[in-house]
Amino acid sequence: MKAFALHFSFEFAAGLRNRTLLMMNYLFPLGFYFLAGAMMTGINPLFREQLLPAMVIFAVLAGSILGLPAPLVEAREAGILRSYRINGVPAGSLLAIPALSTAIHLILAAAVITVTAPPVFKAPLPQNWPASILVFLLMLFAYSGLGSLIGVISGNSRLSILWSQLIYLPSILLSGMMVPAEMMPPAFIKIGHLLPASYAMQGFIGLGQGQPLLYEPGWALLVLLAGGFLAFALAQFLFTWDSQNSARRGHPLLAVLALLPYLLGALLLV
Amino acid sequence: MLEPAVQVINFRKNYGSFTAVDQISFKVLPGEIFGLLGPNGAGKTTTLECLEGLRRADGGELRVMGVSPAREPRRLLGLIGVQLQTGSLPGYCSVAEAMRFFSAYHGVAPDFVSLERLGLGDNLKTQYHALSTGQKRRLALALAVAHRPPVLILDEPTAGLDVATRAALHRLLKELREAGTTILLSTHDMAEAETLADRVAILLKGRLAAVGTPREITAAGAGLTKISVRTDGECLAGISFPGVARQSRQEDYLIFFTAAPGPSVAAMIAQIDSAGDQLIDLRVERPSLEERFLELTTEEVS
Repeated sequence: MKAFALHFSFEFAAGLRNRTLLMMNYLFPLGFYFLAGAMMTGINPLFREQLLPAMVIFAVLAGSILGLPAPLVEAREAGILRSYRINGVPAGSLLAIPALSTAIHLILAAAVITVTAPPVFKAPLPQNWPASILVFLLMLFAYSGLGSLIGVISGNSRLSILWSQLIYLPSILLSGMMVPAEMMPPAFIKIGHLLPASYAMQGFIGLGQGQPLLYEPGWALLVLLAGGFLAFALAQFLFTWDSQNSARRGHPLLAVLALLPYLLGALLLV
Repeated sequence: MLEPAVQVINFRKNYGSFTAVDQISFKVLPGEIFGLLGPNGAGKTTTLECLEGLRRADGGELRVMGVSPAREPRRLLGLIGVQLQTGSLPGYCSVAEAMRFFSAYHGVAPDFVSLERLGLGDNLKTQYHALSTGQKRRLALALAVAHRPPVLILDEPTAGLDVATRAALHRLLKELREAGTTILLSTHDMAEAETLADRVAILLKGRLAAVGTPREITAAGAGLTKISVRTDGECLAGISFPGVARQSRQEDYLIFFTAAPGPSVAAMIAQIDSAGDQLIDLRVERPSLEERFLELTTEEVS
């Protein structure tokens, strides 16, 4: 337990010392939030309604999908994981601790957005705080799982960037963050539901703000929970210590299975 | 009969169709320093990595303190301290953090004394990316010995170290041996192996070319002693002395390789006296491990 706590405190500190992580956890999402908040609410005052959930989802995407995989890939490439292995650091810790420390950073970033959005941009706060917090935590779980999985299956940094962008860009464009879901063509809504952000957005709007939804919001929570569990389980299963060692338990393409709950959601709910 | 600390029996490792290590066997006794020598690609690191549990053997049997690295990896971790050839640490991790962090995973108190001994006492707050190559290797060694393992496995421990640090590291390794630690190290440095190792194994292209004490291995070769002589004349040139197999010239010195150093030296001095020349310098060097190693590699190539 002491080792876990020390490892966690080191990872948490690294999130502030490492400029890339600092950028992905704080500077990029908060900078984008202030910029988008100023521009989008000026162009379309109705955007205030979804500013808070949209920017919180954006922060989670930046930290977990763009920030979380890279250190894991770099650690494997540089032989850091080998050093961890021969010193008894369990594989589970190497997945859980960065995900947990990223989660803490993202909770802090989300707190900054939540505290500043009403006074600065006149954005409404959630009507149902517990439900909103639950949606936020499940979204964080789902995206941390996907981020960890990208870090596990990517053979090098370039591949991890590619996989991250494949999740990140559609999440931004098709989840209803920037354009309300009801204004998008049905096919785009379906495609958007292949990723967690759409379910998180529905959860925030329906459960947090009590607005009408495409489907029962409880399903959104269930899909996020299942997606997170599946992604972490696959990350643990496919984890390799060494980029030079060919021994692995499964083909990296098995990682696609992590999208199964979202696929079922897209087919059955939308 | 002492139970070996490390046992390698008919060990084989393939990478695809390439056989990196082919049926080698050796044992390392408790409390000895055992050197694994060989050129690049000989299979030294592969052998060590299989003993460390980082890779799986394709044949044969490996045991460290009676434990199979493949079958009991968790038990193995408490028995070995490892300095990897290609290991690293996170760039933003300080020296002190690394020591606390790994010591906690081994369930022991941080060993700041070893850091001090290895010259890292002033670098406790320095982050890993800011350390020099030598400092990184010393940190890796300090981390490897922190939990006082009975077996230490070191892959090229002195590569990139300056002379003073290398000497300090040699002293530390000898102290660890005296305290009962078994040390298995790979090295390119023959002089290091000769001064440090109790026994060595020479690996060539994945096969074991020789095992024994440095003296035994050098004795198994041609075993010619090198005599370097410098005089103010040319009285020794071209003369045949007892036991001398060949001679050559190196700058102002005549170099003789002889199987009978005593009679050769006596005959050379007598020749110098009778010619009325002055002896300026005379050196007698026994065959080194390096010369034997070169002999073996040449035999392998031919």
